[in-house]
Amino acid sequence: METSTRHAPADESGGAKGPADAIVPHMKILVIEDDLEAAAYMTKAFREAGIVADHASDGESGLFMGSENSYDVMVVDRMLPRRDGIAVISELRKRGINTPVLILSALGQVDDRVAGLRAGGDDYLPKPYAFSELLARVEVLGRRKGAPEQDMVYRVGDLELDRLSHEVRRAGREILLQPREFRLLEYLMKNAGQVVTRTMLLEHVWDYHFDPQTNVIDVHVSRLRSKIEKDFDKPLLKTIRGAGYMIKDEG
Amino acid sequence: MTSRLRLMFRSTAVRLSALYILLFAICAAFLVVYVTAMSERILAQQTRENLVQEIGDIQRAYDRGGLNGMLRIMERRARQPGANLYVVAGPTGEILAGNVASLQPGVLDEQGWTRFPFSYRPFSESGPEREHMAIANVVFMENGLRVMIGRDLGEPGRFRGIVRRALMVALTIMGIGALFIWFGIGRNALKRIDRMSGASQKIMAGDLSQRLPVGRSGDEFDRLSESLNAMLGRIERLNEGLRQVSDNIAHDLKTPLTRLRNKAADALDEEDAGQRRAALEGIIAESDQLIRTFNALLMISRVEAGSIAAEISEVDLSAITADSCELYEPVAEEAGLRLETSIAPGLRVKGNRELIGQAMFNLLDNAIKYSAGSAGEPLVHVVLIADATGIRLSVCDNGPGVPEEKREEVVKRFVRLDASRSKPGTGLGLSLVEAVMELHGGALRLSATNQENAQAPGLTATMVFPPLTS
Repeated sequence: METSTRHAPADESGGAKGPADAIVPHMKILVIEDDLEAAAYMTKAFREAGIVADHASDGESGLFMGSENSYDVMVVDRMLPRRDGIAVISELRKRGINTPVLILSALGQVDDRVAGLRAGGDDYLPKPYAFSELLARVEVLGRRKGAPEQDMVYRVGDLELDRLSHEVRRAGREILLQPREFRLLEYLMKNAGQVVTRTMLLEHVWDYHFDPQTNVIDVHVSRLRSKIEKDFDKPLLKTIRGAGYMIKDEG
Repeated sequence: MTSRLRLMFRSTAVRLSALYILLFAICAAFLVVYVTAMSERILAQQTRENLVQEIGDIQRAYDRGGLNGMLRIMERRARQPGANLYVVAGPTGEILAGNVASLQPGVLDEQGWTRFPFSYRPFSESGPEREHMAIANVVFMENGLRVMIGRDLGEPGRFRGIVRRALMVALTIMGIGALFIWFGIGRNALKRIDRMSGASQKIMAGDLSQRLPVGRSGDEFDRLSESLNAMLGRIERLNEGLRQVSDNIAHDLKTPLTRLRNKAADALDEEDAGQRRAALEGIIAESDQLIRTFNALLMISRVEAGSIAAEISEVDLSAITADSCELYEPVAEEAGLRLETSIAPGLRVKGNRELIGQAMFNLLDNAIKYSAGSAGEPLVHVVLIADATGIRLSVCDNGPGVPEEKREEVVKRFVRLDASRSKPGTGLGLSLVEAVMELHGGALRLSATNQENAQAPGLTATMVFPPLTS
């Protein structure tokens, strides 16, 4: 099924490429999760995706390890023994640790997400989640340090997107996009080379925070794809089966 | 027995009556003291008035008949039974005449009322008696004689004793009565409470059909039992409903789980690597669908429980509607449908944007899914209007629609009219929309878009929001 978002961690689809050609070679993350089985699965899957994952099983030790400030991303469970996940994040932020944090929560989506982000979390993923979704988000968060936040022009291969003038060109030829298509492309190009899931697109382009469940996002992406790839030989926008989309210049 | 007594003291009724008895005892003691003091005062007052009158009489006798006249009347009066005290003394205080044998020294030294009761020995033929207490008025006459008229206090004292005894007896009887009543009430209350907790034990053990005993008196215990029984009835009905829902859920989850299991078995047998991969992917897709179903179920429960209500604020319903239509427009186009909108601008409601958005997505998804390829006009029409009764957001399709008698049914969890389940979906979409509308104080209404068209009457799903009150 095309819309599937879960995939085996070792499988070559999605961001999981196997240790040899990992997308992010030197990312080091901290997983604070009290469910040991889930943590073991996560660290193994992250390792297979080329990410070094340390594990802390309660809030206190998580805070202690996180305070070293040597991690690129932290994945924090909302409910932790000895110190609540939200409390760990607020304490880390108080200590001046600005490592991006992704909150995992078994609680519902709407209200809990707001509480998590208010405490200083950067992203939020409700349980149960697909690992591909978690991986994509962790990779985007980890890259954020070097993300071209100030770049006014994003480039992927011969595709150019000007964030100021809202102009999109490919090989010098102007491509006309609807405002929503522009934002879709902008988000994809900002995270070029990284898997972006359907949920992430719905979040950043439409500002809704739930699993779209249907193929709505795919329809928009395929419209965008036809606009930027029609009349050009080289495909740029790839569908990553079981995960989402990625824009990348294979050349 | 002691444990029973202790139990009894733990009962509210018994504790209350114990408190009442204590209060009663304090009041009774106060009453005894007060009544005796009051009666004593009245008696003393009467004694004084009586003495003043006597003095007047004797004064008049003296005026008329001189000393002899006075002595005569005093002597006559002194002989009467229960007589007052009469003393005529010389200027130095020696008793000259009267019915008193001796007096406490100093009584005759001052004119007027004696300040305190004093002791005296009454004169009697059989010799001096024991000391009595009395009060008296002393008058100094011009000739130097001192006349004292007094009253023995024995009688008021006796009266006080009688009053006190009578009161004590009455109060003791009342107290004993109260104790008996207390014991009776306590025991009765305890017995009934025992019966009620016995019934509750059975209910707690799982027998929800049990009811608490209701007596005929209609007192507070019976009223309590009746309302608890009504509550139990409601719980039983809810429980029954819940059991049905979980039965449905179990049934509806069994099918995909069985499919999942069969696919896994197939994958295990698959020799060809590519085929096995495809089978595994199918398994993942199937699991994803299950996870979605669970997520949707959880979401509905949370919305129904109202635990999401924290994030309700004023939102722009027109913008949400326009956004969702924009999101679904290409989907409709791909399904060969037109998506038309008539959206009144700037309509605001109190709500949660995420939830309304998700409800809207569900309705649009349904409309597109069910009217694609139907006999009706390939059109989905979204209308947002406001009037006095509220704000109505309708998604109208021209698909096969939902027969009137089934409209209540399709909103329930896992109910899908499409028996073959050929269209993808969890059967939870409308349940979520309804839960969201209930959270917003509104309602979901289902009707036919075009009643006359028997082939494709279509379905109009309307979200009715209460008007925004400022």
